[in-house]
Amino acid sequence: MTDDSILTANELSMTFPNGNGGLQALDAVTFSAQRNAFVCVVGPSGSGKSTLLRLLGGLLNPTQGEVQFEGERVIGPRRRIGFVFQTANLMPWRTAIENVELPLELEGLNAGQKSRRAEDMLKLVGLADFKQSLPRDLSGGMAQRVAIARALVHEPDLLLLDEPFGSLDALTRERMAFELLKIWQLERVTVLMVTHSIQEAVLMADRVLVLSQRPGSIRLDLDIPLSRPRSLDMMHTPEFGQWVDQVRSAIE
Amino acid sequence: MWVLIWNRSERKLTKRADRLISLLPLLALGIALLIWEGAVRWSEIPLFILPPPSVISERLTRALIDGSLLRHTLVTLSEVLAGLALGALIASLLGYGLAKSSTLERVLSPYIVASQSIPIVAVAPLLVIWFGPGQISKVLISALIVFFPVLINTVVGFRTVPSELYDLMRSLRAAKAQIFWKLEVPAAMPVLLGGLKIGATLAVIGAVVGEFVGADRGLGFLINLADGLYDTPLVFVAVITLVAMALSLYGVVATLERRLLAWRTG
Ligand SMILES: Nc1ncnc2c1ncn2[C@@H]1O[C@H](COP(=O)(O)OP(=O)(O)O)[C@@H](O)[C@H]1O
Ligand SMILES: [Mg+2]
Repeated sequence: MTDDSILTANELSMTFPNGNGGLQALDAVTFSAQRNAFVCVVGPSGSGKSTLLRLLGGLLNPTQGEVQFEGERVIGPRRRIGFVFQTANLMPWRTAIENVELPLELEGLNAGQKSRRAEDMLKLVGLADFKQSLPRDLSGGMAQRVAIARALVHEPDLLLLDEPFGSLDALTRERMAFELLKIWQLERVTVLMVTHSIQEAVLMADRVLVLSQRPGSIRLDLDIPLSRPRSLDMMHTPEFGQWVDQVRSAIE
Repeated sequence: MWVLIWNRSERKLTKRADRLISLLPLLALGIALLIWEGAVRWSEIPLFILPPPSVISERLTRALIDGSLLRHTLVTLSEVLAGLALGALIASLLGYGLAKSSTLERVLSPYIVASQSIPIVAVAPLLVIWFGPGQISKVLISALIVFFPVLINTVVGFRTVPSELYDLMRSLRAAKAQIFWKLEVPAAMPVLLGGLKIGATLAVIGAVVGEFVGADRGLGFLINLADGLYDTPLVFVAVITLVAMALSLYGVVATLERRLLAWRTG
């Protein structure tokens, strides 16, 4: 589409093999995301949101269509893409900093570079004091912040998040949303985030994509022209309510 | 102020109580030995049926001094260590294959389960016939008995690696070897060490069974020999040595476990 798009999904369809003819999770999903945009994907559960994210990140290959990342076809995981999963997904035998170092370690960086960069990332997510903590000693919110630090440590251009706050309590969730927005602006990264909270999506995103019931296809593609930085009181404006209603009626 | 003092003295008390409690098993053993000693002397049971602890310890000293106990212990220990290493190695290689390939599992698991229903005492004579009365047959019997629990734990261990962590490693474009060493091995380690712990004690049983069937050295042979000579105190000495050996092996693995799995218990 435009020159500035970093990620393009072109008629993406995904059918999982099963006993009777296969289970179609996605049907001809097409969209493209601008560089440095914050895009949220919402949809009923089972509509294929996770599947879409896995396709975009090259963890799965589509049965039809293709994904382009920075103008190249995606056929496997890319270095410039970071992933955050629904659970923090930390390695319980590694300390916080060792978890953040993992991506660099796999690339064979030396110890000095690795720990300096990882320490910076932990500072960014506000966990500098917890670098030697084991995952079991971290709260859910802290663990998810370590996961975000890990996803950002190798400076990806695109960050894919699959319901990253799904397992957090309401207050932590709200705080994490604003922290993620702050990080997004600091790190100049394109974000594509799946969430099941319509409010959260409208509050955070430049653009909300709504997936339909299975097989998921794009029901609504809504721009949210709220100013930045976002704040909680924006939720009380009439436009906000309208957008939320629009998204909700697209889902139902 | 008072509370402070009271608290402190209470803490001191509980500390001392802890130490006392940890000594209780030893105390119980001491009392049991005393009762044993007294009962045997009072009832005049013949020595070759049940020797009292004092006679056993005197026999132990003699066996230590003439070097025979050490010699036989080293023979058995080397069989045990070799058997444990061999059995655990083959079992973990095969176990990894089974955990990774459901086809391999479907083909092999009936045979593996069937092989498990053969009592080890029944195959031991065969192995001694085929491989001779030397140490090799003992190593093989020991390896055989170690094999199954290690195999099962290896399969279970590698199957329990969370699939989300595989996704993570794939998203980071980890190489196969990196996935193995940085994800699979540490994730499976608790279960793997559990299997090794069971294997370590079984390895001792395997070696002794082999020595019972036919050998001219080792603690199993020593038991047979002493039995034939009605030297019951020596039988006790050999049995105690075997127990000590099994416990120490178990202890080594348990220490390894504490070291490697500090992240679990802290
Ligand atoms: N690996 C898979 N194999 C088979 N079916 C799958 C697989 N992954 C997802 N599905 C199915 O695809 C549909 C969409 O799943 P998912 O993408 O997880 O939805 P969402 O994240 O929106 O809840 C569901 O019906 C799910 O059962
Ligand atoms: Mg999902």
